[in-house]
Amino acid sequence: MFNEKELEKIKAGKQKWAEGTLAKTLSKAPEKKAFTTWSWIPVDTLYTPLDIKDMDYERDLGYPGEFPYTRGVQPNMYRGRFWTMRQYAGFGSAKETNERYRYLLSQGQTGLSVAFHLPTQAGYDSDHPLSMGEVGKVGAAIDHIGDMRILFDQIPLDKVTTSMTINAPATVLLAMYLCIAEEQGVPFDKLGGTVQNDVLKEIICRGQYIFPPKPTMRLTVDLIEYCQKYVPRWNSISISGYHIREAGATAAQEMAFTIADGIAYVQACIERGLPVDSFAPRLSFFFNAFTDVLEEVAKFRAGRRYWARMMKERFKAQNPQSMMLRYHVQTGGVTLTAQQPLNNIVRVALQTLAAVLGGCQSLHTDSFDEALCVPTQKAVTVALRTQQIVAEESGACVTVDPLGGSYYVEYLTNKIEAEIDDYIKKIDALGGTLAAIEQGYIQKEIQNSSYRFQKEIDSKERTYVGVNKYVMEEPPVTDLLKVDMKVGEEKAKELKEWRAKRDQAKWKKALDNLREVSKTDENVMPAVIEAVKANATVGEICDVWREVFGEYRPKEFIS
Amino acid sequence: MAEKKIKIIVAKPGLDGHDRGAKLLSRIFAEAGMEVVYTGLRQTPEMIVEAAVQEDADVVGLSSLSGVHNYFFPRVVELLREKKLDNVLVVGGGIIPEDDIPALKKAGVAEIFGPGTPTDEIVAFIKANVRPK
Amino acid sequence: MEYVSEVLKGSPLAVARMITWLENEDERARPFMEEIYPHTGKAYIIGITGSPGTGKSTLTDGLTWQMRKKNLTVGIIAVDPSSPFTGGALLGDRIRMTRHSEDPGVFMRSMATRGFLGGLAQFTQGATKILDASGKDMIIIETVGVGQDEVDIMRVADTTCVVLVPGLGDVIQSMKAGIMEIADIYVINKADLPGADQLYTEVMYRVEQDAQMKNRKWLPPVIKTVAVEGKGEVDLFNAIMAHRKYLEESGELTEKRRERTRQETLKMLHYELFRIIRQRLDKDHRIDLMVGAIMEHKISPYKIVEKVVNEWLPSRDS
Repeated sequence: MFNEKELEKIKAGKQKWAEGTLAKTLSKAPEKKAFTTWSWIPVDTLYTPLDIKDMDYERDLGYPGEFPYTRGVQPNMYRGRFWTMRQYAGFGSAKETNERYRYLLSQGQTGLSVAFHLPTQAGYDSDHPLSMGEVGKVGAAIDHIGDMRILFDQIPLDKVTTSMTINAPATVLLAMYLCIAEEQGVPFDKLGGTVQNDVLKEIICRGQYIFPPKPTMRLTVDLIEYCQKYVPRWNSISISGYHIREAGATAAQEMAFTIADGIAYVQACIERGLPVDSFAPRLSFFFNAFTDVLEEVAKFRAGRRYWARMMKERFKAQNPQSMMLRYHVQTGGVTLTAQQPLNNIVRVALQTLAAVLGGCQSLHTDSFDEALCVPTQKAVTVALRTQQIVAEESGACVTVDPLGGSYYVEYLTNKIEAEIDDYIKKIDALGGTLAAIEQGYIQKEIQNSSYRFQKEIDSKERTYVGVNKYVMEEPPVTDLLKVDMKVGEEKAKELKEWRAKRDQAKWKKALDNLREVSKTDENVMPAVIEAVKANATVGEICDVWREVFGEYRPKEFIS
Repeated sequence: MAEKKIKIIVAKPGLDGHDRGAKLLSRIFAEAGMEVVYTGLRQTPEMIVEAAVQEDADVVGLSSLSGVHNYFFPRVVELLREKKLDNVLVVGGGIIPEDDIPALKKAGVAEIFGPGTPTDEIVAFIKANVRPK
Repeated sequence: MEYVSEVLKGSPLAVARMITWLENEDERARPFMEEIYPHTGKAYIIGITGSPGTGKSTLTDGLTWQMRKKNLTVGIIAVDPSSPFTGGALLGDRIRMTRHSEDPGVFMRSMATRGFLGGLAQFTQGATKILDASGKDMIIIETVGVGQDEVDIMRVADTTCVVLVPGLGDVIQSMKAGIMEIADIYVINKADLPGADQLYTEVMYRVEQDAQMKNRKWLPPVIKTVAVEGKGEVDLFNAIMAHRKYLEESGELTEKRRERTRQETLKMLHYELFRIIRQRLDKDHRIDLMVGAIMEHKISPYKIVEKVVNEWLPSRDS
């Protein structure tokens, strides 16, 4: 990218500067410490072309919308269309959540993102003993298609795309969504959205797994295969790094382990007999955005370049769409503090900037009361406005990849890409992602980073505003959103009625059919759709699978 | 008599699987010289208390990030009392609104450590308030 | 609480409290151990040992499941190392036992080694007695390590199972280091991994060779398991029962237990005697004065020892 003579001149010039101008300042006052990025990548005082001298513009950067996509997956990014503003939301009953959805859409949100309460995510109905105390707490209580109908009341599924954070039971909730679309008269090929459908990360760090790895991968691929045929605009998986980062991983680890999971999913689909270009274009991703803006931007760029090259070289993808790292971002929940919550608005603003400068396709911004409760309406409005302000007022969207060419950002991009490569090689040597997870390699790496971070906070080596520096006495926060235990009681009553009123013969037939299909190699989706239409509940369907597949008890790694 | 070690159970009641804090504190408690039994995810109050009985735990630490603390934490205290283990120290952490804390304390939880609490503060509290052997 | 009668009734609270007293060398322990001793000797003791990562906890869980199916009650002691630097310990075996956590027929206790070498905690054997007296049919002791230093398990268990997994690469090492002496049964866990068949063949070969060379009467079986899927659990249980039958019929069980009792008694004597002597020597800094004198070459350590011993056993024969 730079010619030899120029580089020589710069080398000499930098040395002169270091030994003269800089040295004079340093002799008066040494630097505060050895600086690093948030994720411990060592950072120098100054970056120049010397630090990226081996780069080749065409090979390493190229043009947005073209391989290797470093600068962006779309040719003109936000000049054509902003990212989808998609706030993850859900709490209490389907009705309350539907109200929040309609509010957010009225305030300018451009896509929906469904939060299901933990029982749904874990495959239990609201009246299961293990659901006690959990109903409606961190998401909407959705047990059956009736709840789903209420959830999407007055929401046109041909005009709104929906992302559903659901993993092990993803087939069930997708089946419900498809049925609702059918009721609204929307053909499947017009439906757009995403299901998370990523159980590997559940095993690594999120805990919402149900069945053992092999059968759960079968369900994952069944869903991908089904969508590929019948719901072509649907992103059938959202391979997630967000939670990996929340669990303590560094930026490079977040990207590396997500890509490792991606490799496992691509592998599984190929083993099913699906040609790579037939499904890879609909793989999507989900990442985090922390407060070190420049590191995050570098991370996203490194991830795009690495994925593109990997898909081409390892899996021989030919369709450009197969090589694009398209992703949703959520700002880092774990970075927000309970102390001085208004400070979180600033953090989220910086993280939004990072996500946008990094080139995301979709974004959720956290609310400032994140560390206290599920977002209040007031807080979620500020979060949405943050996106809108960055979009309209910050200048970050007027050109593509504005930080491209920054010596520091290109240096960091290269550095993170190299770290990603190291991790992938390591994981390959262990026998692949599934083996690495089974041996606890990924979990331990994450835990060690988490530990290192905590030690720095405890020792104050790392400043955290409001937590270990600039601490204040504060009055307790009021007006928090709390979900009543009544929601659980009402749902349990409702479920009793639901089960009594449905056509018992039809229901039994559907579940029996599901059981039989699950024992074979057949794609389960049609049977799931039938079961859902027969008014079977999430818990009942998952219980059939618990019977057929067993329950997973992973080895927990604690270092 | 040999040196007395503090035996602590670290548990995640309920369905939530976010265990970063629970695992971190388990490690930190062990570094502070305690003997830590980490019970893992999806623990019911009955399972947690049975573990406390069999391990003769001095302390039970509960982690909740999904808003279930008002249901689970007092239940654990109640079951411990039923087993005549009144002097077991019960502490909690996670996402717990400050205005829920008085009720939790009244129900018998000794202290709640919210996000951002320095870990040495938690260790110090436990060492200062643990029952004598 | 009337601890002794409660322990004999199988009360988990009493059992747990007694184990704690034992661990802490609480004086309340001794009289109780005395009282429960007559009620020991019925339980059958199984040791499970192997390197970290071999799946011992999962196997223990599966074995417990099989035992419960046969209506046998089970006591489990899982030993984990204490940190030599901080003195603390992460006791992570309980995580695998969730399905038994509310079964009154299963009692599990985690124990930290607290600096004790050999793979067990100092009072594991004592804890075993308490579980025995509380009526447990089977006791499983799970320890870490398989090497020359971690052989204590064989002195405590009736049947010792050594767990290996393919790919950990240390089989030859372990075989040299002495596990051939302690293993009554070999378990190849994670037998679905590549290399399992080779490992099996290798272990079988060495077992046969060793049995021939040393003229052993019991040929340790090699059992393949995939603990996370519950595969091979039944075979392992049957192998243990077969070993038990062999020991009982050949009379070796009694011999084993006699040897165990001898070792344990000597150890306890050793520990107790030295504890008392140490206490006396610490009094008024007597030991410091002795060490000072030795350092100044006023007296040799050999003479010091002779003096102390003669104080204690004035009428001993040389």
